[in-house]
Amino acid sequence: MAGDALNHASMTLTEQLPILQVLVPFVAAPLIVFIGSRALAWPIAFASSVASFVIASLLLGQVINGDVISYHIGGWAPPLGIEYRVDATNAFVLLLISGISSVVLPFARASLSVELPPRKHTLFYALFTLCLTGLLGVVITGDAFNVFVFLEISSLSTYVLIAQGASRDKRALSSAYNYLIMGTIGATFFVIGIGFLYMTTGTLNMADLAVRLEGQGNNRTVQAAFAFIVVGIGLKAAIYPLHFWLPNAYTFAPSVVTAFLAATATKMAIYVLLRFMFTVFQPAFVDGGITLEVIILPFAIMAMFAASLSAIFQRDLKRMLAYSSVAQIGYMLLGITFLSETGLMATIVHLFNHGITKAALFMGVGCYVMQAGGGFYSQLSGAGKTMPWTSAAVVVAALSLVGIPGTAGFISKWLLIEAALDRGWWFVALLVVASSLLAVIYVWRLIEALYLGQPAEGATTQEVPLGMLVPLWIMAGACVYFGFDTDITLSASRSAAQGLLSGSVAVH
Amino acid sequence: MMALDMMPTAFLFLAAAPVFLALPQGMLRAMLLLLVPLIAGWQIWTLPEGTFAQVQFLGMTLDMMRVDKLSRVFGLIFCLAAFLGNLYAWHVRDTVQQLAALFYAGSAIGAVFAGDLVTLFFYWEGTAIASVFLIWARRTEAAYHTGLRYLIIQITSGVILLAGTALLFRETGSIAFQTMTLGSLGTWLIFLSFGMKCAFPLLHNWLQDSYPAATVTGTVILSAFTTKLAVYALARGFAGTEILIYIGAVMTLFPIFFAEIENDLRRVLAYSLNNQLGFMVVGIGVGTELALNGTASHAFAHILYKALLFMSVGAVLFRTGTSKASELGGLYRTMPRTAMFCLVGAASISAFPLFSGFVTKSLILDATAVEHYPVIWAVLVFASAGVLSHSGIKIPYFTFFAHDSGLRPKEAPIHMQLAMGITAFFCVAIGVYPEPLYALLPYEVEFHPYTTSHVVGQLQLLCFALLAFAVLMRTGIHPPEIRAINLDTDWVYRRFLPRVIAQLSGTVGQIWSSLEDSIESRLARMITLLYRLHGSETGLARPMRPGSMVLWVAVLLGVTLVVNFIV
Repeated sequence: MAGDALNHASMTLTEQLPILQVLVPFVAAPLIVFIGSRALAWPIAFASSVASFVIASLLLGQVINGDVISYHIGGWAPPLGIEYRVDATNAFVLLLISGISSVVLPFARASLSVELPPRKHTLFYALFTLCLTGLLGVVITGDAFNVFVFLEISSLSTYVLIAQGASRDKRALSSAYNYLIMGTIGATFFVIGIGFLYMTTGTLNMADLAVRLEGQGNNRTVQAAFAFIVVGIGLKAAIYPLHFWLPNAYTFAPSVVTAFLAATATKMAIYVLLRFMFTVFQPAFVDGGITLEVIILPFAIMAMFAASLSAIFQRDLKRMLAYSSVAQIGYMLLGITFLSETGLMATIVHLFNHGITKAALFMGVGCYVMQAGGGFYSQLSGAGKTMPWTSAAVVVAALSLVGIPGTAGFISKWLLIEAALDRGWWFVALLVVASSLLAVIYVWRLIEALYLGQPAEGATTQEVPLGMLVPLWIMAGACVYFGFDTDITLSASRSAAQGLLSGSVAVH
Repeated sequence: MMALDMMPTAFLFLAAAPVFLALPQGMLRAMLLLLVPLIAGWQIWTLPEGTFAQVQFLGMTLDMMRVDKLSRVFGLIFCLAAFLGNLYAWHVRDTVQQLAALFYAGSAIGAVFAGDLVTLFFYWEGTAIASVFLIWARRTEAAYHTGLRYLIIQITSGVILLAGTALLFRETGSIAFQTMTLGSLGTWLIFLSFGMKCAFPLLHNWLQDSYPAATVTGTVILSAFTTKLAVYALARGFAGTEILIYIGAVMTLFPIFFAEIENDLRRVLAYSLNNQLGFMVVGIGVGTELALNGTASHAFAHILYKALLFMSVGAVLFRTGTSKASELGGLYRTMPRTAMFCLVGAASISAFPLFSGFVTKSLILDATAVEHYPVIWAVLVFASAGVLSHSGIKIPYFTFFAHDSGLRPKEAPIHMQLAMGITAFFCVAIGVYPEPLYALLPYEVEFHPYTTSHVVGQLQLLCFALLAFAVLMRTGIHPPEIRAINLDTDWVYRRFLPRVIAQLSGTVGQIWSSLEDSIESRLARMITLLYRLHGSETGLARPMRPGSMVLWVAVLLGVTLVVNFIV
């Protein structure tokens, strides 16, 4: 299904888009540090993020029909040179990541003023931009080792970003430290896996790997590589029993960081998982093994239930949302296990829809932290009255989290159930519904606190500034918009799913 | 009015919301709430039959507006009910209640015109979410919990509907909302979902639980839509499904026992609502043209007289602060007009000739007779007498007559009187001159309610019941509430002694409450267990050291490796 690869030799700007996608934020990050001006840091970061978003949109427009762009860095042809390879799958994820960062950054401006001392702002934006670079790089590159490099760029900056929460709560430091340990282990496993692949094939280019791995399904080294890569990336994606770093990291990081990471970082990891499973190892290899049924499927279902139950019992909104993220990742993994077009569509659409939903919700938490001093339900009591606009947006996004029809969350759950029924897994479809009911409960606890609780005596909390409300509402609006207009999400995910399932062997 | 032609009626209600919010709280808002149902009613009246306003969604075509005779008659009565309910609630200055009423009516009307199950589902949930605010608007702890229970049931019904739709879609490739045959899991789920909203026996508790808990005006509005929407959905989807006849027959019977021992008059009305639904469900089950006409017309008349009864009891509650039979009595002295309206409602629900219940209920009774269901017919007749006892006599008698409670409340506010007056007018008008209503019905059926046998039969039933009641009053052996009703039933059901009935209802009540107790304690134990497993202190969500995290990683890697090597 993947169309002819386009080779880029000439130098028009359009053809340089793939490299610009990474280069713009990559240059912006050191620029912020060198200029060192607090006034200029935010504009530079924001401009680079918006530029990335524009580039991602242009790229998606080029590949949404199933075409593939192959960009050779420095003119070195793959497999020797590093190749950037854009197809519908990663263009869609690029759009998500750059879009989220472009919405979160304006929010950051006001939110950071209460969550971070001003002297740290300049470096914060530099790190943020660097993290964005890493995430975009992981997604766009067609080179396995390059994935590791960008993964480390994004991870290292993420550790520091999470640690910034220390100015409000010292536990941010231990959370960041734990995440550092776990993230490093994950990255190590990943690089070990790639090492095994390199041992077997002598190449690092993904498309080339795919060709050379064909017929090696019984090779022990390849099988070990697969296990290491799945577990390594699974750590970054916080698949169920590997998620323990996530709740603390999300809870104690500054709200902006959480909003950005929750919407992008785990999604990036899910993308890498998809990419390796389907483009590098090929659907036939995955289908031949039983990893999906024996490992991924049970843990996906456990995530849907256990994490949702944990979310129900939380008393802090931020922590509740963190657990809910783990549960939602279960849905994405579940989509993969169906090994069907609809299943992968469900995964990819949910990746997108959940990204915008969680971005909105965590921004909402940021608003509450600013005005109510925190995200504990006791602090949110009656916030529906004192902060009507924030609370309304949070409720909209929360409904999308549950998957209420008319919101984006519904579309992905619908696809997921459809995929389950297509496969004949009735029971799994029922489990999806049942776990959604758990989501109803934890979302209900939030709504109860917001609207049925009474504001504290003499509480004079007021609405947050427009600089925060507008981004929040953009995301909440997107939750509703993508619940009705499914053109972009469905066609992009369909191209992506078809591209992934067809493998990439045919191209080279 | 091109735009109005193309606009689904429900959108009128949704579009009114921003206008409503833009207006200042007061008369203007109340007027808008009256205007919207009028425009909607006019639109429904003028729309040609057919399907329009189609929307593409997820690769399916949604029919937002399917106008035919069945949907039109329900659409019209919903508009009328919304108008009357809002008129009755003219004094309310609570934005939440007003908006809820607006969205609730809009969703119900939208559901009626839904041509496919997905659209139906959207509005189905819309009615659930909008209506719960009418209960919460009371703003008491008890109302909050009741509302929550109500919401859970209603949402669950919607979820089941969605599941059924998905299964049906896979099976048939169509989401069209049309007559279905029970058979596959999908159709059963849809049936169950309709049944929950229609308060089928054992699925009915939400109704008696929630309606009396709503605000004075909220109950009036609640009584009109949810269950009748379910009746419509059943009539559309499951006409002629025989099991409905028996379900309906049970529905007409069992609430009687509960209604008779109930002291809260609004709860009595909720039980009798359930009983009236039974008649409609039987009509759907019979499924002939005559029977479906009976169901549609009975729903039409029922919405009006039930609203009228809730309005009059609500007016009393509004003025005296109570709706307990034991605390009321003798109010006719100061609330004569409300008393009169209540009597009209009571006469209608008891199916006195010349009142609306008579001309509509006899359609259903006749349909069962024609189709040779003698037992069902007898049950319905018995149930009719039961209705007379608990709604026809108990409600007006213990509120406005009986022993003097000493209360001297003012007459109901003028807008309430107006709302009750209009409703009462319809009740009488339909009873006296039913032809316009018959013309609205889905099928062309020649039917004459005022035949000798109908009238005499009904009068016999009613007169003897009243006579027994009157004799007992005269001779002074008519003690407080409960026994009076039992004696009345005694006449109808000669072999049942009052004690048997009392015992029966007592036993049923006991079984039910012990069942509830055991379920409750089980639930509590389960939640404690879940908390221990998943809570932050002891469970899987407790803070973890890096070492244990890494252990998990190692375990998973090991398992994955083994799994890969084995296969």
